[in-house]
Amino acid sequence: MSEHFVLRINGADHEVRDSWLGESLLDVLRDRLGLTGSKGACEQGECGSCSVLVDQRLVCACLVMAGAAVDREIVTIEGISPDGAPSDVQRAFVECGAVQCGFCTPGLIMAVHDLVDRIDDPSDTEIREELAGNLCRCTGYGRIVEAVRAVVLDRRGEGPR
Amino acid sequence: MSILDRPTEAPPRHGALGTSPTRPDGVAKVRGEFAFSSDLSADGCRFGATLRSIHPHARILSIDLSAAWKVDGVEAIITADDVPGAPTYGLIAQDQPVFAGDVVRYVGEPIAAVAADHPETCRRALEAIVVRYEVLEPLLDPEQAIDGAHPPIHPDGNVIRHQRIVAGDPDATGEVVVEDTYEIGMQDQAFLGLEAAMALPDPGGRGVELHVATQWLHEDRKQIAACLGLPEESVRLVLGGVGGAFGAREDISLQVHTCLLALRLGRPVRMAYSRAESFLGHVHRHPATIWMRHHATTAGELVKIESRMLFDGGAYASTSAAVLLNAITLAQGPYRCENAVIDGWAVRTNHLPCGAMRGFGVVQACFAHESQMDLLAEACGLDPVEVRLRNAMTTGDRLITGQVVRNVAPVAECIRAAEALPLPDEPVGGHPLPDGGVDVMKLPGGAGRTAETTDVVRGIGWGVSIKNLMYSEAFDDYATARCRLVDGVATLKFATVEVGQGFVTLAAQIARSVLGVDEVELDRVDTDIGSAGSTSASRQTWMSGGAVDAACRAVRRRLFEHVATRHGLDASALLIDGTDVVDAASGWRAPVAELSAGLELDETAVYRHPPTEALDENGQGDCHVAFAFVAHRAVVDVDPELGLVKVVQVATGQDVGRVLNPLSVTGQIEGGIAQGLGLAVMEEIVQIDGVIRNGNFTDYLLPTFLDMPPVVAALVEQPDPFAPLGAKGVGEPPTISSTPAIVAAIRDALRQAGHGGPRLTRVPVRPSDICC
Amino acid sequence: MPVLLPTTLAEATAMLARHPAATLLAGGTDAMVEINDGRRRPGTAPDAVVIALDRVAELRSWQHDAEAATVSIGASLTYTELMAEPFVSLAPALAEASRTVGSPQIRNAGTLGGNLGTCSPAGDGLPVLSALDAMVVLHSADGRRALPVGEFMVGVKRTALRPGELIARIVVPTLDGWQGYAKVGVRNAMVIAVASVCVAFDVPTRSARIALGSVGPTVLRCPEAEAHLDAALDWTTMALDDDDVERVGRLVAEASRAITDHRSTAAYRTHAVSVLARRLVRRATERARAA
Repeated sequence: MSEHFVLRINGADHEVRDSWLGESLLDVLRDRLGLTGSKGACEQGECGSCSVLVDQRLVCACLVMAGAAVDREIVTIEGISPDGAPSDVQRAFVECGAVQCGFCTPGLIMAVHDLVDRIDDPSDTEIREELAGNLCRCTGYGRIVEAVRAVVLDRRGEGPR
Repeated sequence: MSILDRPTEAPPRHGALGTSPTRPDGVAKVRGEFAFSSDLSADGCRFGATLRSIHPHARILSIDLSAAWKVDGVEAIITADDVPGAPTYGLIAQDQPVFAGDVVRYVGEPIAAVAADHPETCRRALEAIVVRYEVLEPLLDPEQAIDGAHPPIHPDGNVIRHQRIVAGDPDATGEVVVEDTYEIGMQDQAFLGLEAAMALPDPGGRGVELHVATQWLHEDRKQIAACLGLPEESVRLVLGGVGGAFGAREDISLQVHTCLLALRLGRPVRMAYSRAESFLGHVHRHPATIWMRHHATTAGELVKIESRMLFDGGAYASTSAAVLLNAITLAQGPYRCENAVIDGWAVRTNHLPCGAMRGFGVVQACFAHESQMDLLAEACGLDPVEVRLRNAMTTGDRLITGQVVRNVAPVAECIRAAEALPLPDEPVGGHPLPDGGVDVMKLPGGAGRTAETTDVVRGIGWGVSIKNLMYSEAFDDYATARCRLVDGVATLKFATVEVGQGFVTLAAQIARSVLGVDEVELDRVDTDIGSAGSTSASRQTWMSGGAVDAACRAVRRRLFEHVATRHGLDASALLIDGTDVVDAASGWRAPVAELSAGLELDETAVYRHPPTEALDENGQGDCHVAFAFVAHRAVVDVDPELGLVKVVQVATGQDVGRVLNPLSVTGQIEGGIAQGLGLAVMEEIVQIDGVIRNGNFTDYLLPTFLDMPPVVAALVEQPDPFAPLGAKGVGEPPTISSTPAIVAAIRDALRQAGHGGPRLTRVPVRPSDICC
Repeated sequence: MPVLLPTTLAEATAMLARHPAATLLAGGTDAMVEINDGRRRPGTAPDAVVIALDRVAELRSWQHDAEAATVSIGASLTYTELMAEPFVSLAPALAEASRTVGSPQIRNAGTLGGNLGTCSPAGDGLPVLSALDAMVVLHSADGRRALPVGEFMVGVKRTALRPGELIARIVVPTLDGWQGYAKVGVRNAMVIAVASVCVAFDVPTRSARIALGSVGPTVLRCPEAEAHLDAALDWTTMALDDDDVERVGRLVAEASRAITDHRSTAAYRTHAVSVLARRLVRRATERARAA
């Protein structure tokens, strides 16, 4: 186990030492860099709990080989709201009851940010299709869809303030 | 005394009971800062991993650790010989080994554990351990556990429990008779937060502190201490953040292993399971085969229910005895029926061990009895709602155990409330898109574009259920809570495990309502206080809510005494109104914050429910504490030719007693229905020759955003006079009758499509069950 | 540093020549699952190497050759990119199949080249490539060669790739006629195909194509069903009798070599491809009937 490289995460350079060849970005984030906000629940890219942005593309960090992610801009849940205050998506999740155990939440926050940044006025099925890669076992998804709708309305200036 | 001790009928202030304040851990969770047990670490911490059996039944001839010791970075390897205390553990019978010694009884049974400097080192060490097995014939047919065709696979025998119920006249018959045999497959709780723990050994090694995500700290502690050969006081448990539970954390998984490695090394040790390992590492929902025969009058009124239930408990007993009890005692469903003959078996096989999962035996019984009620409806020429209304239980009716249901029992109200909810306004395939096309995502098959709207038929189906709340059969269950009021701030301490359901939110609401404070802090959840019992059985709102309520009231009494003395008032005339103490006699009032300044009031309360009884040999006895009821109506679109389905809507009327937090109740209802949907159409652990074939999320399918429809819910609020807060537990009912409602809707669609055929007596329903 | 990051095809093939046992990494959606599981490790030997292909310019581009009626697709284009133009217009079945892959996270990473390299009989893009008679272009340090996709896909997770070669481009004919893809899975999203079918028509050459996924060791074509369609279809109006639609379904069922596994049964899979083929053919010919 002897890989050394630098990853750019949330705008800062992070040195990675002694990684083993093939180690995933998720394991490097959590075990080597102390960035435990991204979660692992399936090791197969099926649950979306490890969702991060790599060069603005939403991907599962468990399926990204860390050593192949050099020279990319990686954004994790720790960096999705750079000024430290919760983002509108994060606030909506809390207010709409979209958080129960919270394990799926960081991955979902990332996916919802990606969704509302790409699609201005998502229909109900669009919301569900775009989030189909994120599993939640607690909520049954209803309050999460409400949270997304609240964010969309709010960004359009039509939501309750 | 009721919680409604306010002088006016003002709506509750935000944050008090009846409102939906945001959860106190919400911000941490959305920022990824909330510490789940898998996020914990400590300086100098090592990692542990488990070696597991690859055979369902085998003798262990030898375990060769020599090559594993040579892997650079390995620091400890332990086996059954290294367990200093009790070699076995278990929730009812202590029949499950910490490590298999001479025999392995299921694929995945732990044989050894290693500790090393990195998880990758652990993996390499496990690969290097050589186990020689003598493969034995596995017992895989639960019938053989009963008929003696297979020798005992455990010293305790192959039958875990056999219980009969004979009620009324066992020879009674009805003019209408319907029967069938139903099968329920093995569902997995599949919580997302994988098993993880961290053990910190005391210097000197005579104690340990374990941080773990679990459901009942004190029960874990009891078993861990026994296996470690330590007094309970020397084993301290601290709750690590829990990423869902649903019953899978009731049994010990990695707790003893982690502690043993930490004590062996004299260093902190962390263990964490992968998803594949998690499927092996916790108990599952019991697969069951249930034969039922319902006798009724031609008007559809139940005369007698007969049933034989066979639950496959897998290799170890876990809570199988209690799961079986629930299933057989509630076999009649939420209906009046005077006569019954029920024969229930929970047996041991070399399959994966089974135990608690949300619904705990009633899920299986309900699928059977609701399918039967639809057969009955058909035989009597009644519609599914009418046959259920005709038999619906009310307060004062009896179960087949002879127990009178004293709780509110608004079964008919639940059914009517669900019926009154509007059906979906979108037709099959949804409203046409602006260009006239169809949104394929609204059809069964989704993006797979398998069907046109003309290939799809819509069906509607019903399911209604009863569920017992709390533990049963004379179990002495209680919950403890401590309330401290210091300078206007209330601090609560309890060992109640938060698994996501929102107890942390509710506890603060109780304190706000009872004490009139706004600021409530929650102390760490650990074994420094008495037990709160398990987060399961839909019991915490009632039990821990009752304890927090009692502790807060005790503090309030002391506050009132102090205020009365101070201000020359009569303590018994004082009440809380909003954030003020008010003298009902004179109208004098002052803010709680002011009155409690400089005071330190500290009370601990234990809440116990009235005792229950064991059943006699005819299954008679008042064995349950309380009951809740629920009705579900499902609308499902079916492609009969391909057997694909899309659940379009689930409507529910649920008996909740009283809504303490509307958003939390909604969350439990929607989440529970999702699990009911999963069992109905997609979730099953597949074991072939005793080996799991789909222990991963690629092949164990959980409902996604696209599978789960909108839920419409009517909350039937009739405060229960026995519940300390008037509220019934709401966690399990949503997951129980949603499954049969969805299957009934599929049957309805097939009938309308002229595909009379499949009875769909098995869940999960597979496409080939529908079409081939 | 043993994760090599070539930016040109020449660099990539030179690296592969130097390290023939290298692990090739495209989107990682197959490779990383195996690595995470411990089933495959790039190697603990000091000279073990991974060659990442996601920065190679020639693998990330596409070219439409209107004259040759082909679109040449770089092997590292992702499913998200294949769901968009120009593929929606030039190869609509490929865009449809891309939409059925996994989730946005998987589609943002997964590539057609990776799908071909893994060569699972359930691979979502593969029946489309087969139906369209795509060519797989392989590069090595020694040169290049092109194979019809049917010859490239040899068996269950076995391809005709030689040591030192990598999949560079997939050249897909842009047919002139209706084409569509359908896939069956147990839930409504994120499923491995239990059965999948691509049906495509090329009007100028009067050729119908039907390719099946998940019912054989690799993707199957249905020569008998295709021949029947070629003869029975009215190629000017695209009209087809109901009886002929039924017959196509039966011939497709006969072509199936499905097996039973933990995901599904042979009988269901065969039934499903038959129904899907029938429905796709019906979809193709419905417009003609409507008009």
